[in-house]
Amino acid sequence: MARAELMDFDKALELFEPVIGLEVHVELNTATKMFSSAPNPANSQFHDAAPNTLTTPVCLGLPGSLPVVNGEAVKYSISLGLALGCSIAPSSRFARKNYFYPDLAKNYQISQYDEPIAFDGEVEVELENGRTFTVPIERAHMEEDAGKLTHVGGSTGRIQGAEYSLVDYNRAGVPLVEIVTRPIFGGEADTPALARAYVSTIRDIVLSLGISEARMERGNLRCDANVSLRPRGQEKLGTRTETKNVNSMRSVERAVRYEIQRQAAILAGGGTITQETRHWHEDTGATSAGRPKSDADDYRYFPEPDLLPVVPSNELIDTLRAALPEPPAVRRRRLKGDWGFTDLEFQDVANSGLLIELEATVKAGATPAAARKWWTGEIARLANAADRDASGLVSPEHVAELSKLVDAGTLTDRLARQVLEGVIAGEGSPQQVIDARGLAVVSDDGALIAAIDEALASQPDVLAKIRDGKVQAAGAVIGAVMKAMQGKADAARVRELVLERAGQGA
Amino acid sequence: MSEITAEQVAHLANLARIALTDEEIEHLTTELGQIMHAVEQVSAVATPEVPPTSHPIPMQNVFRDDVVGDSVLSVDEALSGAPESDGSRFKVSAILGEEQ
Repeated sequence: MARAELMDFDKALELFEPVIGLEVHVELNTATKMFSSAPNPANSQFHDAAPNTLTTPVCLGLPGSLPVVNGEAVKYSISLGLALGCSIAPSSRFARKNYFYPDLAKNYQISQYDEPIAFDGEVEVELENGRTFTVPIERAHMEEDAGKLTHVGGSTGRIQGAEYSLVDYNRAGVPLVEIVTRPIFGGEADTPALARAYVSTIRDIVLSLGISEARMERGNLRCDANVSLRPRGQEKLGTRTETKNVNSMRSVERAVRYEIQRQAAILAGGGTITQETRHWHEDTGATSAGRPKSDADDYRYFPEPDLLPVVPSNELIDTLRAALPEPPAVRRRRLKGDWGFTDLEFQDVANSGLLIELEATVKAGATPAAARKWWTGEIARLANAADRDASGLVSPEHVAELSKLVDAGTLTDRLARQVLEGVIAGEGSPQQVIDARGLAVVSDDGALIAAIDEALASQPDVLAKIRDGKVQAAGAVIGAVMKAMQGKADAARVRELVLERAGQGA
Repeated sequence: MSEITAEQVAHLANLARIALTDEEIEHLTTELGQIMHAVEQVSAVATPEVPPTSHPIPMQNVFRDDVVGDSVLSVDEALSGAPESDGSRFKVSAILGEEQ
């Protein structure tokens, strides 16, 4: 793939105004699929199912099978629509989106077209720099996910070179809500950050509603980013590209930034933008051209004859509205008060998109300060190093457990970091890692005293200094003891014991 | 009265991934045209006051409980109709183009 020419970001902003539109797909975590009673792999109970073990004749499009709408998925979708500030359609219906590709065996996807369940909403989004934006929502509609294809053979797994493809229909029929924004203007230099903050806010919303696992690395939450540029002063929107396969918060921001720079270079050079799908490559931090928009986008939508309209009662809508969790912006204000963080500390947490993790960690027994220290410190550092989102690295419960083990003196900070690495590596809970790796602090005073006596005996000058009242001399002994204990000792306790032993000899 | 053209038939065949000969296209153009004409008679009857209907019976809100059913297939059952598989997944020939 030839590397595209990029224009300096600031220069691109001088010449062009970026306009974006975002499509976010949310996999609902109902127990069963959208139109079939097959288990739903987007529900944590069924995550790790073997290929093609979560299907029914409906998922496979077998002749004679008929879809039936999952009532729970409809309720989840209405709740999400309400949380997005949308109106709920008094009557909405399903439509067939016809296309021939083996990721759906029926040769069509059941979606919603002209009558989505929710429309005309808005979401308040707060950026890292404190700016707030209102993102206009055009619609949120229900549909089904497609199966997963693995391309085998050919050159480097690229689709064009594949000799054959293997299809797993477990994901076929997973309930999805697709949230579509209207064009978002005015982001200017904050546009990439705005895209990220928007996806992060959607994640906060669906997590607080409890309707999705919302793990981007698992594909529970997926973002397609439409980006276009128009020369300053021009009214007409530029040609847009749609970047797919963006599956982390970081990538959303990077992909939008990349497209702005790439398109600016083309336009400034007198070229034109091709309206096409582009693929984001996490490893190279670049997008590549996919399928151009073409005849194949003729989906020939028509009303799904096998399904009946969804007409939610006002009572149902009112009940769901009353049960809505507080909006993310309100929640921020509450948490800030509860946790007693400074503005800077809170901003730090909010910016890292870890409010939900922090709240869960505090709920699981950690102090707010400790939870903040872990998530924005060591965990964020490890996530950065691994190029992953911190939220997917470790569970809040494990972080709370770790923090409590430090408080109890079972672990020093240094040991706790080693335990954390073990937890992230999938070795189990903190306690299991401690047991398996033998990492706990030596809290047996007998063992410590033996090591201290040995160190004191080998450094008689230090002993003399301590007895002369030069307490800081104890450092050399403490160091020797910590080394002998391979770091598995609480330095404060060692210091106490050193002074005690030295004093006893006096 | 809109006419079905050979180009439209060729376009549809392409979307449906069906290879058609020129003779087949010609034949289908005539047949589809006749079907269209039959359907258009309905349009002549339907006045603007009659809203389009997608379902003949006025029913709504037919939902299923969110409970795993008993029609879940085993891998072997799922693959039993597949011309080819690798034992756990359906095997299909190389696909040109991109995912939807």
